[in-house]
Amino acid sequence: MGNLISMEGNQAAAEAMRQINPDAMAAYPITPQTEVVQTFAQFVADGRVDTEFVTVESEHSAMSACVAAAASGTRVMTATSANGMALMWEILYIAASTRLPIVMALVNRALSANINIHCDHSDSMGARDTGWIQLFCENGQEAYDSLIQAVRIAEHPQVRLPVMVCYDGFIISHAVECLELLNDKEVQKFIGEFKPVNSLLDISHPYTFGPLDLYDFYFEHKRQQIEAYGPAKRVVVEIGKQFATLSGREYGLFEAYRLQDAQLAIVLMGSAAGTAKEAVDRLRANGLPIGVLKLRAFRPFPSEELTQLLSRFEAVAVLDRAVSFGAAAGPLFTEISSALFASNRRPLLVNYIYGLGGRDIDIEDIQEVGEKLKKTAESGKVEQPFDYIGVRK
Amino acid sequence: MASLKQLSSKKELLTGGHRLCAGCGASIIVRQVLLAADTPVVVAASTGCLEVATSIFPYTAWRCSFIHCAFENAASTLSGVETAYRALKKKGKIDQDMRFIAFSGDGGTYDIGIQALSGACERGHRMLYVCYDNQAYMNTGIQRSSATPLGAATTTSPAGKVLPGKTQNRKDLTEIIAAHHIPYVAQASPSRWNDLVSKAQRALQAEGPSFMNVLSPCPRGWRYPPNETIKMAQLAVDTCIWPLYEVVEDKWRLTYRPKQKPPVEEWLKAQGRFAHLFKGDNQQVIEQLQAEVDRRWEELLEKTS
Repeated sequence: MGNLISMEGNQAAAEAMRQINPDAMAAYPITPQTEVVQTFAQFVADGRVDTEFVTVESEHSAMSACVAAAASGTRVMTATSANGMALMWEILYIAASTRLPIVMALVNRALSANINIHCDHSDSMGARDTGWIQLFCENGQEAYDSLIQAVRIAEHPQVRLPVMVCYDGFIISHAVECLELLNDKEVQKFIGEFKPVNSLLDISHPYTFGPLDLYDFYFEHKRQQIEAYGPAKRVVVEIGKQFATLSGREYGLFEAYRLQDAQLAIVLMGSAAGTAKEAVDRLRANGLPIGVLKLRAFRPFPSEELTQLLSRFEAVAVLDRAVSFGAAAGPLFTEISSALFASNRRPLLVNYIYGLGGRDIDIEDIQEVGEKLKKTAESGKVEQPFDYIGVRK
Repeated sequence: MASLKQLSSKKELLTGGHRLCAGCGASIIVRQVLLAADTPVVVAASTGCLEVATSIFPYTAWRCSFIHCAFENAASTLSGVETAYRALKKKGKIDQDMRFIAFSGDGGTYDIGIQALSGACERGHRMLYVCYDNQAYMNTGIQRSSATPLGAATTTSPAGKVLPGKTQNRKDLTEIIAAHHIPYVAQASPSRWNDLVSKAQRALQAEGPSFMNVLSPCPRGWRYPPNETIKMAQLAVDTCIWPLYEVVEDKWRLTYRPKQKPPVEEWLKAQGRFAHLFKGDNQQVIEQLQAEVDRRWEELLEKTS
């Protein structure tokens, strides 16, 4: 049993980082992530961590230093948001393709323009193809827990990929919650010691990182990388189970909330999942057979598992907190519908865009989604495949 | 400073068989710098000629550990390596004394990489950053950079009917880095190998960031025969286009004073990229360049006196 304490999501993330005590951290401040960096800087200043903290001049340099420090055989962490991660974009690919187990807290925020510091998932979605494992969190507890698990997932010999732990800006990062923390020794024992496969600093085995890789080998390297996400899926589940024995809190690729006897489902990620659970409870009280599928792992995307789970449903609403401009639907919807297409039996699917730039989503909004979903299921056809929640015309 | 004989018996960290062009200044510079190291080193390179020609998978020309990350981040990449070294040394996981050296071209240093370099200098990582300045983006096919001299024809500053090549003077990066007040800054040339190796030794001894800007003649981009690289470098030094000096703990010192200071024309006429300056009305560009070289040389003399 851990310690109960009230703290903000960002403080919880910084606390997880303190307990992980990485060898190196390179980070740059950006709202709403800033508190993670400054809290950690205080830990460094007070000698509460052994970490070499590099206060870089940009996020691009933050990720570059992380890549190099990880290639030098150290355990490395960082944190960012929105435009900051957009500036890292080039190096995000390099981190993943070099198979470096970097762990990053991504405090989800809308991308410019216009500039907006509040939550949506457009930063994560812009990086969905970079090769990073992406875990989404519903609250501060999950952010804390997932950062600790992320170290094990990233460093697992069959994975060796960077992990970003995504949690909603302000809604989670600045909200005070009552959290259950593990003690330092438990965390250290759980994560163990980092054993790098190759290191620049191993002078008896000189190693060349980042070579020129042309048409004769690049494709094979990409294939190896593609095939790493299969084991990654298993490892996310395995580490989630191991974490449960330590904390009593189990994690997997997704959470199925009241889905067992449901015929209707709402699929979404992040803090709105909590709102959706409450909405579902209320709809259930009115006799609606509905549940929530809260996706945790967007990458690796659990296609087979979701197909198996969702194909029997009558109607499913997918709620996206990001857009893919010019596409027919939001990125989460596209993934879900593409996964379900492989099944002989498919639910009716509708897509909603919500919450861009921090726009609130209420319990009532999601209740309305449920009511409409019921009508869709009854009529047997989708009248409006794409709609918005809470936006003026 | 070791003798040439001693240096020639040292095991080289950059092997032959890499795929740099015949007459390339970069490999000569890398070999001279690495001869100055008497501890194990880790090398970082930014994207560019040196990187693509020395690490073509599944081969590598590097006997030491080597990392290439991207174009604009040799300095931040190397600062990550140096940070990891300090972290592991503090924990007793490494006891070996090591040095960290970045090699990057002028595009990766003067232009796209200047932010990362400035940040690394300010943070004080103990590392040597070497710019091999061939005065243009040679790897992508000779495009102008902020290191390209006035009047040079490149593929993005071509000489045409109304423009005489590049219309701007080059940036003085060495002075910009000196303004960071780091322990060691120098300008060097592979034609003065003794001066270059000595400077690299002092740079590697510095307790903090050090920077060397080294002129790297490029036969393809400058348009001269590949056997004249060292001659081309020395002409730049003698004409004061590329003065040799160092800034040690903020003290400026000239390390070579040309006996005669030939006009810049001597250097220009030896290179095809300036051929258009000797035709039509372009003589005035040569005069402008000469005036700029003279002005900067006088300023440097004042700083070093």
